[in-house]
Amino acid sequence: MTPLFEFLLRQGDNALVLGHRTSEWCGVAPALEEDIALANTALDLIGQTQLWLGYAAEVEGAGRSANDLAYLRDVYDFRNVLMLEVPNADFGRTLMRQFLFDAFQVPWLTALQGSDDQQVADIAAKSLKEAQYHLDRSSETVIMLGDGTDESHARMKAALDYLFPYAGEMFADDAIDTAIRESGVAPLPSTVRTQWNETLRRVMNEAYLTIPDTTFNHSGGRTGFRHTEYLGHMLATMQTLQRSYPGATW
Amino acid sequence: MVDLVTVSEAQIWAWLEGVPDPEIPVISVVDLGVIRAVDVGSSDDVKITITPTYSGCPAMSIIALDIRTALAKRGIENLTLETKIAPPWTTDWLSAKGRAQLEDYGIAPPRAAGGPAHCPQCKSRQVEKISRFGSTPCKAQWRCTSCLEPFDYFKCI
Repeated sequence: MTPLFEFLLRQGDNALVLGHRTSEWCGVAPALEEDIALANTALDLIGQTQLWLGYAAEVEGAGRSANDLAYLRDVYDFRNVLMLEVPNADFGRTLMRQFLFDAFQVPWLTALQGSDDQQVADIAAKSLKEAQYHLDRSSETVIMLGDGTDESHARMKAALDYLFPYAGEMFADDAIDTAIRESGVAPLPSTVRTQWNETLRRVMNEAYLTIPDTTFNHSGGRTGFRHTEYLGHMLATMQTLQRSYPGATW
Repeated sequence: MVDLVTVSEAQIWAWLEGVPDPEIPVISVVDLGVIRAVDVGSSDDVKITITPTYSGCPAMSIIALDIRTALAKRGIENLTLETKIAPPWTTDWLSAKGRAQLEDYGIAPPRAAGGPAHCPQCKSRQVEKISRFGSTPCKAQWRCTSCLEPFDYFKCI
């Protein structure tokens, strides 16, 4: 596998896994407006997945399609960060995760717009507009719930404490990132950490939430070395149709 | 059949004006700004470049099908549809006519200020946001506090 293919899988799998998790709220969100908002966010992410995995399939040149990559790979072939595969739990954790990811996506996609790879730059520019809109909403909701009732505050605190040790993986550079930087496709993910930290500080301050004092990071998702036990269960649901009826179309 | 005379690009654009957006049928795909280019080749082969509003917009395949059907009726058989994502679609590409049609239909057109100018029903400026998202990826939900009617606002991106 070439570094570019790996890079595109990381981009596509982040969007796919979060898109699927978000879609799990469809029909069961706490309010109709939130249900619609979550479904629309999921739709944007699945749309972005088609672009990233479509290009990944093209780069791989093995005759696979974006759908094949989404539906016919197993757990250890996925390259998403672990934070995006853990269960939604409650609405608070879902929105906190969305915020932590959006706050990364906006500076990250902004940087990717300058990629030497024109397709990467184009997909980033398209996705960025959606990511900015998502960040506006997730920041607003995190602030509203953090600065809400005792119950909502406690849930947002628990969500941040749970998710924070997963967030660092987004910025953990490895050999693939170095190869990608050298080919001019993308900067190192660690270079957007400062911007992420600033957004995090600003929003958590307004939400009356304390950023956990830990430097521990879970990792293994971006390389596929070690996913959580949850991803397999998620894929079992997401891939059931293609696994049961290979090649099914409509 | 179109024969003998090569069909003009202006003619194709005019025909596309008659293809409605499947989700907001009051506005055409041309006024929505998703048709980026029309090219007619030397042997009446037509290439149309379209761009999605949102990357996951489920209407894209229907739009492509509707364009094919509309042009097939006019005798265009050699049609290529190309999807292009760059430059990314923006609500700046909505035509003035399209904006007016949205307003008449009850959908507040997009504004750079980030919200509707007034209620599309009673024109009151007393409006408030219900949700950043709505019935399609391109819309948000707002409410008029004068006439109390909820309405769609076309998101500005």
